[in-house]
Amino acid sequence: MSSNKFNQEIISKTEKTFFQKLVSEQSFWVSIALLGICFMMFFVEDAFSSKDNLFNITRNFSFIGIMAIGMTFVIITAGIDLSVGSIMGVTGVICGLFLDAQYLPEWYSKAAYFEGIYVWVAIFLALLAGVIVGAVNGYLIAYLKLSPFVVTLGMMAIARSLALVVSNNKMFYEFGPKDEMFYEIGGGSIFGVANATWLLIILTIVMGLVLKFTSYGRHVYAVGSNKKAAELSGINTRWIEMSVYMISGLFAAISAVMIVGWMGSVTNALGYTYELRVIAATVIGGANLMGGVGGTFGAFIGAALMETIRNSLLMAGIDPYWQGTFLGLFIVGAVWLEKVKNKKN
Amino acid sequence: MTILSLKNIEKNFGAIQALTGVSFDINEAETVGLMGDNGAGKSTLLKIIAGNFKPSSGEIVFENNEVDFEKPIDARKSGIEVVYQDLALCNHLTAASNVFLGREIQKGVWPFKYLDYPAMFKKSAELFEELKSETRPKDLVMQMSGGQRQAVAIARTRLTDPKLVLMDEPTAAISVRQVAEVLDLIKRLKDQGIAVLLISHRMPDIFEVCEKLVVLRRGEKVCEKKIKDSSTEEATGLITGAIDRI
Repeated sequence: MSSNKFNQEIISKTEKTFFQKLVSEQSFWVSIALLGICFMMFFVEDAFSSKDNLFNITRNFSFIGIMAIGMTFVIITAGIDLSVGSIMGVTGVICGLFLDAQYLPEWYSKAAYFEGIYVWVAIFLALLAGVIVGAVNGYLIAYLKLSPFVVTLGMMAIARSLALVVSNNKMFYEFGPKDEMFYEIGGGSIFGVANATWLLIILTIVMGLVLKFTSYGRHVYAVGSNKKAAELSGINTRWIEMSVYMISGLFAAISAVMIVGWMGSVTNALGYTYELRVIAATVIGGANLMGGVGGTFGAFIGAALMETIRNSLLMAGIDPYWQGTFLGLFIVGAVWLEKVKNKKN
Repeated sequence: MTILSLKNIEKNFGAIQALTGVSFDINEAETVGLMGDNGAGKSTLLKIIAGNFKPSSGEIVFENNEVDFEKPIDARKSGIEVVYQDLALCNHLTAASNVFLGREIQKGVWPFKYLDYPAMFKKSAELFEELKSETRPKDLVMQMSGGQRQAVAIARTRLTDPKLVLMDEPTAAISVRQVAEVLDLIKRLKDQGIAVLLISHRMPDIFEVCEKLVVLRRGEKVCEKKIKDSSTEEATGLITGAIDRI
């Protein structure tokens, strides 16, 4: 009995209290900063807290946030995916192509336009394309041991060019007889919150649970923390590494489908330079480029902070040309903060 | 009873002959110290037993069966656990997660399987208690001392019921007080009837916990005798080559 009690005591003890743990999380401080900015803007600028503006902000950061969740998995394994913007482009174009009757064979249109099946087919093919591109990235990185930076840089060029090839530099905007349904998926809202935001919230929770409560999630951290140890423990590290790029590709495609639905059209330029914003959101949210650290809530809050700052700067009347400067400063600042924190440890 | 028996193990990496005709036995619950200078072939031998390498020739008999491991996981499945020199721990995970890495306790039905944290915390707390270590299951390995890390690495080997634990330099790179802690951990394994093959540079460690001494020099076995019949002077002589062989 005494031994049992001893166990309970030991288990409940940790080096840090809950509060100490909380303040050591970067996402906690980013949340505070976000609240601070919102608080300030609330008093300075009336238009900021208008229902429309808040709706716009949340919807805008959702597209980045969804991709940032996929990127989080990659960065936890100490990888990087520079191709997410281009994957968004090519999957968006594929989605548009399969929605637009004039580019499809007649028999397909006749059959699929019935009851709007074609909408689901187009979405499915876009998501499948995202997974396939991610799988190619992942295979080259995990099995052929090529550097993630180089592989995804190459894929960034390839996927963008494929978007051009597939679209033949045309814009898709005729989405067939059930176009309303497609617009509703990406552009609609439930209870005053954009669908994209709902999707981001759901994915943050679901993928957060996957990371914390499944052995797959633990193995993702293990690969990023000490790949050799993970391998010696019998974990299939290659598959774990490959799968995170598939997740990243899938999430870029999900975001593409949503953004095409919202905008109502798609060109091959979709997602251009988004990789920068996605990586920034992920890193600002606390994911460590050295691997082993990160979470989906961080991706969510990092994306939210960036969009809120962008919006606030616009409202404050600062020339939008400055936005890239701020974005860059934030990326460097987040990495520097990480360094300072690690030194303390 | 003999648990592991090595017969004429040879290993060459191209032109380099790492091991030449090494044979010895390890008995049940016996602690064997494996000594030798740098490059004598200790780690190579350990990696062959652990399934990291295949021997170029020779035979490994484990529990009366000839074995031929393809991967470390095969060795583990048959009851050989390894504590690696660099410990092979994930710094960003908790002690409990490290103990159960790759062998997590799960609940639920696929695809809704989830980790049973309470069970894993309980089991790892029990293992740490058994090892008389003050390691706490929920602490991150990153924040731990060298001795605690050793405890995590050793607790991991106790998850199954291993027959043989291989340890590569477990007392390198830790403080004197922690060395005593680790040697205690090794004695605990022995108390539980587990055989240990201990590689160490530190003569006092071997002489404190081991019953048998095996010395390798340039890939050849030059000594196999009871610790109580040997001395540190003799061991030093054998390692350096001042004494040719016994």
